[in-house]
Amino acid sequence: MDSIIRVNDLTKFYETILAVDHISFDVKEGEVFGFLGPNGAGKTTTIRMLVGLTQLSSGTAWVDGHDVTKESVEVKRTIGLVPETSNLYGELTAMENVIYQAELYGIARKERKDRALQLLEEFGLKEHQEKAFQALSRGLKRRLTIAAALIHHPKILFLDEPTTGLDVMSARGLRKLILESKKKGLTIFLTTHYIPEAETLCDRIAIIVKGKVRIIDTPESIKAQVKETEILEIGLDRVSEELKGSFLSLNGVEKVLIDENRIRFHTRRLGKITSRIVKSLGEHGAEIQSINTLGPSLEDAFVKLTGLDSELMKIDKPIKGGPES
Amino acid sequence: MREEIKGSYFIAKKDMGAYYLKPPLISWGLMLPIVFVFAFYFRNPMGIKEVVPGLIGLTLLFSCTSMAAIVITFEKRIGALERLLLAPLNFRTILLGKTLGSTLFGLMVAIVITLILIPLMGLHVKHFWAFIFIIVFSGLAFSLLGILISVGVKEVFEAMTMSNFFRFPMIFLCGVFFPVPSMPFPLSILSYLLPLTYAVDGLKHCLLEDKGMIPLYLDLLILLGFVFLLFSLSLFIFKKRIRQEF
Repeated sequence: MDSIIRVNDLTKFYETILAVDHISFDVKEGEVFGFLGPNGAGKTTTIRMLVGLTQLSSGTAWVDGHDVTKESVEVKRTIGLVPETSNLYGELTAMENVIYQAELYGIARKERKDRALQLLEEFGLKEHQEKAFQALSRGLKRRLTIAAALIHHPKILFLDEPTTGLDVMSARGLRKLILESKKKGLTIFLTTHYIPEAETLCDRIAIIVKGKVRIIDTPESIKAQVKETEILEIGLDRVSEELKGSFLSLNGVEKVLIDENRIRFHTRRLGKITSRIVKSLGEHGAEIQSINTLGPSLEDAFVKLTGLDSELMKIDKPIKGGPES
Repeated sequence: MREEIKGSYFIAKKDMGAYYLKPPLISWGLMLPIVFVFAFYFRNPMGIKEVVPGLIGLTLLFSCTSMAAIVITFEKRIGALERLLLAPLNFRTILLGKTLGSTLFGLMVAIVITLILIPLMGLHVKHFWAFIFIIVFSGLAFSLLGILISVGVKEVFEAMTMSNFFRFPMIFLCGVFFPVPSMPFPLSILSYLLPLTYAVDGLKHCLLEDKGMIPLYLDLLILLGFVFLLFSLSLFIFKKRIRQEF
């Protein structure tokens, strides 16, 4: 796949504060690329520089072959941005908002309404088309903001914290829509501080902390980098402390933990000891009901790679005033 | 160029629908001149004709600046300006769109007031095309005055304070009720620096049998000069502010 976004040594200072610290990365066409980091890490600033809303302090960035500093109008034709706060016009209806976006992007008059209807249908908003934006729920506002950002068939969709402030069902629906958009060939660049969201949605993730990119890789590869021990989890009909004690002396088993009717063996030699454990359980008269192997989660990897407490990632940014609230 | 004009038109159209053609703004635009007409009529029924050009000028000033002075600040605050900045439009197109919306609203209100006052007072328009151009150039200049305030401040309340700071002194300084040449020296200089002076002077030429103080063509040229000056200044400040704040 070719790179559709190329960033080299990108830096942003706000007066003396370094918001983005010499970052370099590229995004391949058709992938979902995630920027994962806590609030204040520089995620939104990076997006704003890439879409031409914020000036670069130094470095270069190219979006679909256009220099973001010199060809910002061409960049804007190629991208759609959904900011963290849904910022359509509160006084206009859902349909009027989408049509207005079509007008601003120069879409021909005869195509505007058809395209708007198509998007409203795709995003489950057709029945709300005559409602004012300010009267919609937060989840519907978010959907409409994404629909409006897609009106001009952009090649890249930037989503800044797409599910922040949404209820579980709305967030789930939105993630589904994101994956459907990806299937249609759209390149998606999203920022999030929800680790499971990044893991579910992204083909590749850049972990960013204090303006610096710590690692860029697939979720699986990131997890593999911190993979030191594996866990063999066996579900049994009954588990006892006596049974647990009998395995502690087994060569290769580092730790044995009991969780209700499941027993977990932490080991670095999973392949070699699994059959021995199963055989031994049989000798103890235990009936095996399930066997799983567990690797480290992305959250484990994040904590290990950044040294940050994962609880920090669960804190939402306060939502600014405006049409969202 | 065509794309820019289309972009400006769509911005103006949206602003008209979202802000201008709403009851509070329409009533504000119409009520102010009507109140002034009654106030002057009861004070001096015979002299009311003399202030009609000034009243039309004031109507334009207040209706053009009413929303223009806060529109950009307001949209910046609610995040909607970002949408315009993300569209493939340049700063000039955005500013032109904002100016056009406000000017069209001001012209609509001024036309309604003119159509009421002219037959009511038994006046007739002497230089028709000059009258049209005076109204259009004045509307653009006043809207740009509002836009200049809107791009220059950070908060909506600052914009409202600033616009009143400019507008109310103009009522007394620009020949609406008192002729500019009869004003004391420092105030008359100030009068010559304000666009309303030339709007009222031009309207006096057109409605009061050439009772203006300077030639009509000069009023037109000076108003056009204000339009270019205020647009250039607003554009410069708008670009600077956006780069600082975004």
